[in-house]
Amino acid sequence: MAVASADPVVDVRGLRMSYGPNTVLRGVDVHVHRGEVLTLLGPNGAGKTTTVEILEGFRKPSAGEVRVLGVDPMTGDEAWRARVGVVLQSWRDHGRWRVAELLGHFARFYPPYRTPFAVDELLELVGLTDQAWSVVGKLSGGQRRRLDVAVGIVGRPEVLFLDEPTTGFDPEARQAFHDLVHRLADLDGTAILLTTHDMDEAEKLADRIVILVDGEVVADGSAPELTRRIASRDEVRYSLDGEFFVHATEDATGFVRELFKQHDKAIGDLEVRRASLEDVYMTMVREHEVRR
Amino acid sequence: MNARAVAVRAGVGRGWAEFRQRATSFGDLVGELWPWIIALVVLYSLSGRTVLGSGVDVGLQGVPGVLGVSVVYTGLLGLSLVLINDQADGTLLRMKAVPNGMIGYLVGTVLGRAVLCVETALILLALSVYLFDDVQVNRPFTWFVLPCVLALGLLAILPLGVVLGAAFRSRASLGLVTLPVMGLLAISGVFYPLAELPLFLQGIAQLFPVYWLGLGLRWALLPSPAALAEVDGAWRHLEMVGVLGAWAVVGLVAAPVMLRRMARREPGSTVRPDAAGQG
Repeated sequence: MAVASADPVVDVRGLRMSYGPNTVLRGVDVHVHRGEVLTLLGPNGAGKTTTVEILEGFRKPSAGEVRVLGVDPMTGDEAWRARVGVVLQSWRDHGRWRVAELLGHFARFYPPYRTPFAVDELLELVGLTDQAWSVVGKLSGGQRRRLDVAVGIVGRPEVLFLDEPTTGFDPEARQAFHDLVHRLADLDGTAILLTTHDMDEAEKLADRIVILVDGEVVADGSAPELTRRIASRDEVRYSLDGEFFVHATEDATGFVRELFKQHDKAIGDLEVRRASLEDVYMTMVREHEVRR
Repeated sequence: MNARAVAVRAGVGRGWAEFRQRATSFGDLVGELWPWIIALVVLYSLSGRTVLGSGVDVGLQGVPGVLGVSVVYTGLLGLSLVLINDQADGTLLRMKAVPNGMIGYLVGTVLGRAVLCVETALILLALSVYLFDDVQVNRPFTWFVLPCVLALGLLAILPLGVVLGAAFRSRASLGLVTLPVMGLLAISGVFYPLAELPLFLQGIAQLFPVYWLGLGLRWALLPSPAALAEVDGAWRHLEMVGVLGAWAVVGLVAAPVMLRRMARREPGSTVRPDAAGQG
């Protein structure tokens, strides 16, 4: 059952969530299309997990319009459930099971709806082939997380939600995970929404980044767009007659030109650092906190 | 095959896998069995005197009760603990994320427990046969009645375990139930013939399945004169079927209701991994 590519796979408008007097989400809009990777970036407590749990149908929102694959997650039936992949935050469940045994068990639920991954193929995809017969409870944190990802995609979902999927990954596992995400999005057209508080990861993975701070979307765009949107303050480091200087400027090129015009050969150790997404992110978080 | 049937089959596989994981772990098995083994050894040490009236050995008289209590303990409190743990450690949430996962979860968990109960009871029975001369395992009557009584007992007890496990969210709150259940075990004629307890305690005990499961097991496993030590001096097997059957109906009606409530329950802050710790 393919979704018309014009309709977003995930369509959230005006999502609000309160727990008693605590408001966690204050009118969030998020859209994810087929084959798109969207990163929900934000500091701890921004409402990322709550948003994802609502999209997964595990939590009832206080207000707002939520559609995942055209269905309100609160009313989604089992056929809908089969099209949705979920990678929860890490748990301690199924600790006695063996890795391949557990994946095989989950795969058994899908055939009435869709063809699941073969266990061997899935193990290879997430890099757990050597751990196929390890006991789940004895996996390392990173291996455990890779198993979580495998469980999430076992039914070849059309939309995949991942809540902080790379916790505990070493750089190699991280790279493998990024490759997997791209593969799922590009080859299988999976719509992917993942949360992270790692800027670097958001930048590498996401077609689009939504920055969530204190339950509000403060920015929504591709990494280059977001970087451009903030009046970026680049940093110029140099030495003049052996003494070191750092200068922040919005026009690094102009500043350097002027520097050489005045001092020419007295300048050394020149280094220009462009604003990174991290700077953008920190600026946005700070600005938001000032406004409150 | 329709999707629910597929989930039931996956659940059967799940139950078998979970049973195997426990049954093949020596530590787990010892953990499940040691209280009952001690109880059997204590009964063995009481051997030699006979119950007044029936002439049945005092130790032997208590054996079926120990088996019954082990079934109640493993099937009721044990099962409810499993459900509570599975809510806390994310097992349930994980199963909810799978199509028809709750069906598979329920079938697997209850079935796994049922097999574990039977295994526990059989191990204890084997030990009893070794310790006591007169456990009646060599007659066709026992071969027929024992499985029936066990099955009926499990039908009465496992759904109640599901109800309890679904009703509570933490081990601490389950403690509220554990105590009364312990009390019930004490007055259910397991260690001491019910007929010799005060009448009002007899009345309470006969409302609950523990006493009747014990009675059924005594009926199946003891020589027939042992009936004289029972209330009314006879095996009241019809009443047994009636009370156990009634509890089975109550449990089977209440369990799905409670389970749906549990499944709808949202992941709370108490089950967040940062609160629960990772491992």
